[in-house]
Amino acid sequence: MNKVCEKMEEAIADVKDGATIAVAGFFACGVPRLLLRALIAKKVKNLTLTCGCGPLVGAADEMRQLVINKQVRKVIDSYGLFRSATKGRQDPFEQAVRKGEVELEVVPMGTLAERYRAAAAGVPAVFLPTGIGSVVEKAVVTNIIANRTPKETREFNGRKYVLEYALKPDFAFIHAFRGDTEGNLRYSKTARNFNPVMAAAAAVTIAEVENVVEPGQIDGDDVHTPGVYVKRLIQVPRISFAVTID
Amino acid sequence: MKLEGIPREMIALRVSKEIKDGDYVNLGIGIPTLISNWTEGKDIILQAEIGMLKNGPLADGDMVNQDLINASCQPVMELPGTVYFDIVDSFTMIRGKRMDVVVMGAMQVNARGDYAGWANPERGLDIGNIGGSMDLCAGAKKLFLAMEHTTREGNAKIVNEITFPPTTAGKVNMIFTDLAVMEVTPKGLVLKEVAPGLTAADVQSVTEPKLIVSPDLKEIEF
Repeated sequence: MNKVCEKMEEAIADVKDGATIAVAGFFACGVPRLLLRALIAKKVKNLTLTCGCGPLVGAADEMRQLVINKQVRKVIDSYGLFRSATKGRQDPFEQAVRKGEVELEVVPMGTLAERYRAAAAGVPAVFLPTGIGSVVEKAVVTNIIANRTPKETREFNGRKYVLEYALKPDFAFIHAFRGDTEGNLRYSKTARNFNPVMAAAAAVTIAEVENVVEPGQIDGDDVHTPGVYVKRLIQVPRISFAVTID
Repeated sequence: MKLEGIPREMIALRVSKEIKDGDYVNLGIGIPTLISNWTEGKDIILQAEIGMLKNGPLADGDMVNQDLINASCQPVMELPGTVYFDIVDSFTMIRGKRMDVVVMGAMQVNARGDYAGWANPERGLDIGNIGGSMDLCAGAKKLFLAMEHTTREGNAKIVNEITFPPTTAGKVNMIFTDLAVMEVTPKGLVLKEVAPGLTAADVQSVTEPKLIVSPDLKEIEF
């Protein structure tokens, strides 16, 4: 079973206008930058990008281009805006959010992790303690007022929990340090972050891999993402990037 | 009037004294991050929600690995025994009450232990960055705030009623500022320590809720 694509266009051939794509990574770390660049080149539009913690703040150049090209309809993230208000005001994404041209849904990070995990495991929704006492327990948090759908809460053993729904993307864009041709993946250090759970959650998972190897060259004990979750992979160079955000 | 208190590094040092050997600790962005400068020699383990236990000191120069950052996106180093895991494990630890101490920054806090820190309406948006803050509040065994006592203009951040979007309700245990150390109790905020040269009345003058002055009130001890 060989899942390796030779060309980027082939790797993302079925990504169409209107797709929902999970973008892995945590700020600058473990972000599938080359798959994002392929989206820019492909010019697909009306995209929903579901994130975990700021991969689009980390991959700021790619995000800026996607927004300038008007390819993004909606972003779901726990940390979608620059921390610096000054930098934010100059950011095309934040400007589009302020004007309501792009939707930003803000979800606590651990809630996102659990919503992907639920989708991966065939669980429709989960009750979580996160966000009780904040707006998160009352309604969906978004800049688009019409989409502030009320949420359900329930008490278990005297403590209040909020119902959060599984989040199942059409695609997941994954960045791995090593992967074999059958799609077994291994990540490097903190670049693992949201990669495994997004790979498991999406209908179609596409991995960019720094080192593609033959089956058996990753010990079975060392695989982080079993190949069953991965549809296609493509070899990419290790590119350097600045490890900073503000 | 803006009172003269202790610098941010010293707030961090004071918080570090409340962290005990054997504690697993998660530090938020801002003053809390500085606490890691004061933990040498303590037998504690720092968790970073990106997916790391026992994260080491900040890395620079040749030591920077772009695959190794903390939850504030700063390059860090490994220690003997550092471990990595994915985000689901990370928040299983956090929500599963494995963090003995969580320290966060805050824009506002009240006497009931509610605090606001994720969205600043002065930015002109009613949404912001939640990150891992609400999960950390939901799961912390002890929740501390490390913050400036007032805004840059000298206005109260320790308020009767929170006006910014709250992060959590009733979870804060202790508040450490440049001016004072306070404990959140069912009766209200107990003032336990004041910065050198200040009186309880000075601290009260920049604090909205009525402070209960501890009979053992003392200068902030490092």
